Amino acid sequence: MTAVEEVPLSAAGNPIGFGSMRRVEDARFVRGQGNYVDDVNLPGMLHSAILRSPHAHARIVSIDASAAEALPGVVAVITGKILEGIPRPSLLGDNFAWMPTLSYDTQAVLATDKVRFQGQEVAYVIAESRYIAKDALELIDVEYEILEPVMDAKRALDAGAPIIRDDKGQTDNSITDVHGNKTWESGNAESTAAAIAAAKADPNCVVVTQEIMYPRVHPAPMETCGSVSYLDKVTGQLTMYTTTQAPHAHRTVYAMVAGLPEQKIRIISPDIGGGFGNKVPVYPGYVLSVIGTIVTGKPVKWMEDRNENLVSTGFARDYHMTASIAATKEGKILAVDVDVLADHGAFNGVAQPTNYPAGFFNIFSGSYDYPDAHCKVTPVYTNKAPGGVAYACSFRITEAAYVIERVVDCLAQELQMDPADLRLKNLLRPEQFPYMSPTGWEYDSGEYEKTMRVAMDIAGYDELRREQAEKRAKGEYMGIGISFFTEGVGAGPRRDMDILGLGMADGIELRVHPTGKAQLRLSVQSQGQGHETTFAQIVAHELGIPPEDIEVLHGDTDNTPFGLGTYGSRSTPVSGAAASVVARKVRDRARIVAAAALECAPDDLDWELGRWYVKGDRERGKTIAEIALLSHSSLELPEGVEGHLDATAVYNPPNLTYPYGCYICVVDVDPGTGQVKIRRFIAVDDCGTRINPMIVEGQVHGGLADGVGMALMELIAFDTDGNNLGGSFMDYLLPTAVECPDWELGETVTPSPHHPIGAKGVGESATVGSPAAVVNAVIDALSPFGVRHADMPLTPANVWRAIQGNAIRVDMAVE
Amino acid sequence: MQTPAPVDYARATSVADAIALLEKHGEEARLLAGGHSLLPMMKLRLARPEILIDLNDLDELRGIRIEGDEIVVGAMVTHAEILDSPVLAEHYAIFREAEKVIADPIVRNKGTIGGSMCQADPSEDLSAVGSALKGSVVIQGSGGKRTLALREFHEGPYETKVGDAEILTEVRFPIRPGAGSAYEKVERRVGDWPVASVGVFVVVAGGVVTDCGIGLTAVGAEHFCAPDAEAYLIGKAPTEENLAAAAQLAADACTPYADQRGPVDYKLHLACELTLRALRKAAASSQGA
Ligand SMILES: Cc1cc2nc3c(=O)[nH]c(=O)nc-3n(C[C@H](O)[C@H](O)[C@H](O)COP(=O)(O)OP(=O)(O)OC[C@H]3O[C@@H](n4cnc5c(N)ncnc54)[C@H](O)[C@@H]3O)c2cc1C
Repeated sequence: MTAVEEVPLSAAGNPIGFGSMRRVEDARFVRGQGNYVDDVNLPGMLHSAILRSPHAHARIVSIDASAAEALPGVVAVITGKILEGIPRPSLLGDNFAWMPTLSYDTQAVLATDKVRFQGQEVAYVIAESRYIAKDALELIDVEYEILEPVMDAKRALDAGAPIIRDDKGQTDNSITDVHGNKTWESGNAESTAAAIAAAKADPNCVVVTQEIMYPRVHPAPMETCGSVSYLDKVTGQLTMYTTTQAPHAHRTVYAMVAGLPEQKIRIISPDIGGGFGNKVPVYPGYVLSVIGTIVTGKPVKWMEDRNENLVSTGFARDYHMTASIAATKEGKILAVDVDVLADHGAFNGVAQPTNYPAGFFNIFSGSYDYPDAHCKVTPVYTNKAPGGVAYACSFRITEAAYVIERVVDCLAQELQMDPADLRLKNLLRPEQFPYMSPTGWEYDSGEYEKTMRVAMDIAGYDELRREQAEKRAKGEYMGIGISFFTEGVGAGPRRDMDILGLGMADGIELRVHPTGKAQLRLSVQSQGQGHETTFAQIVAHELGIPPEDIEVLHGDTDNTPFGLGTYGSRSTPVSGAAASVVARKVRDRARIVAAAALECAPDDLDWELGRWYVKGDRERGKTIAEIALLSHSSLELPEGVEGHLDATAVYNPPNLTYPYGCYICVVDVDPGTGQVKIRRFIAVDDCGTRINPMIVEGQVHGGLADGVGMALMELIAFDTDGNNLGGSFMDYLLPTAVECPDWELGETVTPSPHHPIGAKGVGESATVGSPAAVVNAVIDALSPFGVRHADMPLTPANVWRAIQGNAIRVDMAVE
Repeated sequence: MQTPAPVDYARATSVADAIALLEKHGEEARLLAGGHSLLPMMKLRLARPEILIDLNDLDELRGIRIEGDEIVVGAMVTHAEILDSPVLAEHYAIFREAEKVIADPIVRNKGTIGGSMCQADPSEDLSAVGSALKGSVVIQGSGGKRTLALREFHEGPYETKVGDAEILTEVRFPIRPGAGSAYEKVERRVGDWPVASVGVFVVVAGGVVTDCGIGLTAVGAEHFCAPDAEAYLIGKAPTEENLAAAAQLAADACTPYADQRGPVDYKLHLACELTLRALRKAAASSQGA
């Protein structure tokens, strides 16, 4: 069950089971031999480009594409008007100009009436080369009547605010979810309000209220989005190579959107250069490449450039939160209430389970023991790109972890308590698990204090505090920040988790070939997580087949069973469990075959790694390889037992898994310039059983870099005219090795009790947990100046302004 | 992948050839040096010259050498060569301190001093260095060469005195024995353009400042300099009080605008703070500290 057992090594030196081994995918990646969508070139393939709106909000008066159509090499120019004229035989609207989003809203494929954000798709050019397609865009003449945009989410619901979604007959900019609600509440409103009111009235208690924004950021994967679509007119088969984290879900969506027969659609997502949630939604560009091949009869490639990716595809966060925390003066937390204004952009395109319109934000009560919690989320339309759930956020647990960890620090400051002591006082205790949170989550397992103590030991916490006191006396500003986070990952139980009606259970298929080598077919899809390695290790652990003898297939809907894809740290909790379950099915089948061959009853056999043997007679047994050959042979099998050694499974998780961790960040701040230097970062993660510790560390490293980026520099802000101010990597800053310290990692292992191998999923833990640690450290450094909070990103300007008592409003242009 | 508009390309064989090509193609031609300003603009289709005239074969524009009491840097000398130059380091610490924080190694390997000056970006770091050191440039056209002080070189953002059919061939810096120099930059992230940068040189003799230069970039200082602050220091002891007063005068010479790098009050504060830090360092170094 745990990783501490002795694991035998294969002939190739790999662990036959859990343990660090090099990723099998790296051999091709480090040699530049990956095969990405843009590497796909089909015979006769055409190229395409999208004309995008320069305005955030404008009426389209006319579009004249005649000059573009006349440019040599241009094959077709498609506008919203043309799409409106194509009837669609589907339940989701009656023409091709609009498509459904993953949140049951509609989104324009190509704008017909109005453009609603800068960068919105307006026209589509198909041409013989990418250059010609781009040249042609400049020849399309669009006349716009500019409308006032809604850029400040806080003004979106004002009376008299311009109406963005007049296409839906809206009279304001509120968003109504599929259940008919305009706000999403969770927890107990009355008891939480009462607890906060009582604390306010009680001289032995305090209530701290803080506005905390998690600004709009972008996943910015190295590979932008794109697709190559080909409709074979002879067979009627649509093949699509596309950058998707969820190939099967996309297949179903295309069947619904395009009215194409699903059995004729094949989605191939080859190597994917990073996803982080950016490649979960279906974008207009993908749909247009399908329309392109239908119109031209040729394969059509569409590939975004960097600017298009940053301004038009799924952003993340954009939550304006106000949190109130009540506690006794001794530091016992009593209640937390969070009010959120959620900026969803012009179309509600959030990718999340249907019953969770604010994602899993309501896990914000965090890692602490208190009875009353409540949140209310009010989503609004603004003239910004759609999206919302992306960037390794575990369905908005990033916002949740940030708000609770930030407001707990505000409380510590108010109480003049050490933030570590305050947390230790309130952490859930091991005997409370399984723990039902005040907002209805059942945490599966945890030994929180142990994990926190490991982090504090690595950090040398008390010594750091001593050093800080000495430095402060000399006028030097060092800060120490702690974050303790709990995630709920592995969506999810079918009974209440689906996306567009598709339940979130995962299929899997294992085939053991006659020579004892195996193929594992996954529904999930890797974008860098190392599935080809870890999933082989899970099967190795269950069957004793060396990992190098197990081929892991994924990313091609014709070759893999149905499942909802890789995001929300769900691959290991859901498909990882499925891999274990399907391997155990094979093991059970192997037992019957072995019993037949050994002429005994299956119950007379015992299992040791890779082999069934007769109880009490270890010498008499059959290895999995021997059994594989036998099961394909003429060996007579018991009645009802089919031959071969293959199995399939669909894993429906009984609950989410709840990884957690404690992060400690140490910074030095130069108050004269506002520059922040991260000196140390300690991350202790508990993700249950570690299948491949080396890959876990890699995932944590990447997530920590994400967290540093968001805390210090990443931002998509807009000016009041609606211009996106983060449209290139000169403007949208990603962290580099220089900003990242040497990560100091630690671990505790508390297996999930309900997962077959006790693993919890770790892909997003560090992204979720780290921003608060960095921000808490910076605010801690600035506390002598009376600073209690400043919003991310903590750029030098923002830090300096915070010291002046005038922190920057980050979601709008700096003034 | 970003895709530029169609463009022609020619490789100049000599400075004279480049000038002839410029004259032939008129104002739609652009010189190509390191390409790290021009090519990104072309890929974004913000610039769309009809023809590029590539200077990369012109060895006559390369090299760093001493001529009399000046250091001469060829227009095609790269950031990386400036960073590594022992000649420049021997006379002025400012070059290495500035180059360490200009862009990243990939850009520094290609980007040139000539391109930097002619791009005339209002946030260009080398413009602050050149202005601080009161350098000059040599500009060549079919009519011959002329020399111009760097403090007269810029006409405004992205505009210089280099004519349509002219080439900047050299940048020259006077040698000042005993000078200390320093460069201070605040950036949001390594490799980013400056929020504000300040470069200075100071000569301290007999306990007083006898010569100094202050260059500022990204903060809207005219000609990237602060002459009032310089004048104030001359003849004064480099005390903390005097340096601080000069730093405030330097900030007074700035008219920055707000952008995502920072608001106006912050940039003005930085102009002062970074000037003070650079002056302290340069004065100390001139005094042999
Ligand atoms: C990612 C990135 C980060 C950067 N960060 C910084 C930074 O932090 N600080 C900073 O100061 N700069 C920065 N830069 C700019 C960099 O320094 C450029 O190299 C420089 O601005 C231009 O030099 P170049 O040789 O590449 O010029 P090019 O791009 O080739 O040319 C620029 C312009 O100058 C003209 N030109 C070039 N040479 C001559 C000549 N000899 N005579 C007349 N005209 C000429 C060209 O026609 C063109 O108009 C950055 C650039 C990038 C891409």
